[in-house]
Amino acid sequence: MKNKKHIYRKLFTSTFYLSAFTFGGGYVIIPLMKKKFVDDLQWIGEEEMLNLTAIAQSSPGPVAVNAAMLMGYRVAGVLGALVTILGTVLPPFITLSVISVFYTALRDNTVVNAVLKGMQAGIAAVIADVVMSLGSNVFEQKEIVSVIIMVSAFIATFFLGVNVMYIILVCGGIGAVKILIQMKKVQKGGDPQ
Amino acid sequence: MILLKLFWSFFQIGMFSIGGGMAAMPLIQNQVVNLNHWLTLIEFTDLITIAEMTPGPIAINAATFVGIRISGIPGAIAATIGCIFPPCIIVSLVACIYFRFKELTVVQGVLSGLRPAIVALIASAGLSVFMLAIWGEDGFSTNPQTINLVSASIFALAIFILRKWKPNPIYVMLGSGIIGGVIYLMI
Repeated sequence: MKNKKHIYRKLFTSTFYLSAFTFGGGYVIIPLMKKKFVDDLQWIGEEEMLNLTAIAQSSPGPVAVNAAMLMGYRVAGVLGALVTILGTVLPPFITLSVISVFYTALRDNTVVNAVLKGMQAGIAAVIADVVMSLGSNVFEQKEIVSVIIMVSAFIATFFLGVNVMYIILVCGGIGAVKILIQMKKVQKGGDPQ
Repeated sequence: MILLKLFWSFFQIGMFSIGGGMAAMPLIQNQVVNLNHWLTLIEFTDLITIAEMTPGPIAINAATFVGIRISGIPGAIAATIGCIFPPCIIVSLVACIYFRFKELTVVQGVLSGLRPAIVALIASAGLSVFMLAIWGEDGFSTNPQTINLVSASIFALAIFILRKWKPNPIYVMLGSGIIGGVIYLMI
């Protein structure tokens, strides 16, 4: 029992800590989660984390909240999910509650803006780093379809502004079709003539 | 009751904001500025700026901000719960299906198609932040003078450190903030 409580506490503090540093949009939480839950705590594998991220992106709601919730559920069931939701929502909740009172002062403060501008470059680097890792994994798997999907999805979303939902539907569909074709091939091959 | 209105407004925002914070923006504007007149357009723009400066997803930040202004802490709670309620339900459903059926070949197939797409989406978001950091709000330009050298240097240093020593990314972000802060204040 003590072990379980320990996990819940760790989940909460980790998620709280990660959420407190999710600046500049929800996406940066993904490299943070990867570092914490995949690399450090080893509670989940990289492939499964990408699966969960896929679900988090395909569902409504902020990616950070969804991803945290899924991670919590995966590690510790329903209670784990609740704990992670709380951990994710509390930092912005507290910060905004405090700030909303004197936000104009904050918004125009030169020091704050300078630090945030500096952080922006850091955030870009953190995301670039995780993209390099994940991207090179995709290339190393030597599956031409995956590489094509990755490149096309990037072009579609960055240059063409295609809606995320379409990309998800199409890529999921391609994946399904590919597997079905493979299954058919295996069936044909193993069929005693 | 105002709390119910807050809950319901942000319920709709949470329900329909798929694929990241930016998508939620027009929804939030519609609910908060146009329909309910809780914020003026100028205040809304302030909100966006603040939401980018504070940790957490934009939708949650917006919910807390609007909620507090309208009805204090209870308002913030109502709005935030409204915002995360639909995702909670839907994600739970999808998660149940995933965990129940993930061994199925078809599901594995779908996910194998999705994973590279997710990497691409993250890359796209990353590139956007990169361009914002280097070229600022005016966007990309081939004119080398528009490049923010401070940001570019911090980025280069940060990515070098990340690839070489694999430190905790939070420290890298904090470090960039501090270094950047100091430099920007000096010039």
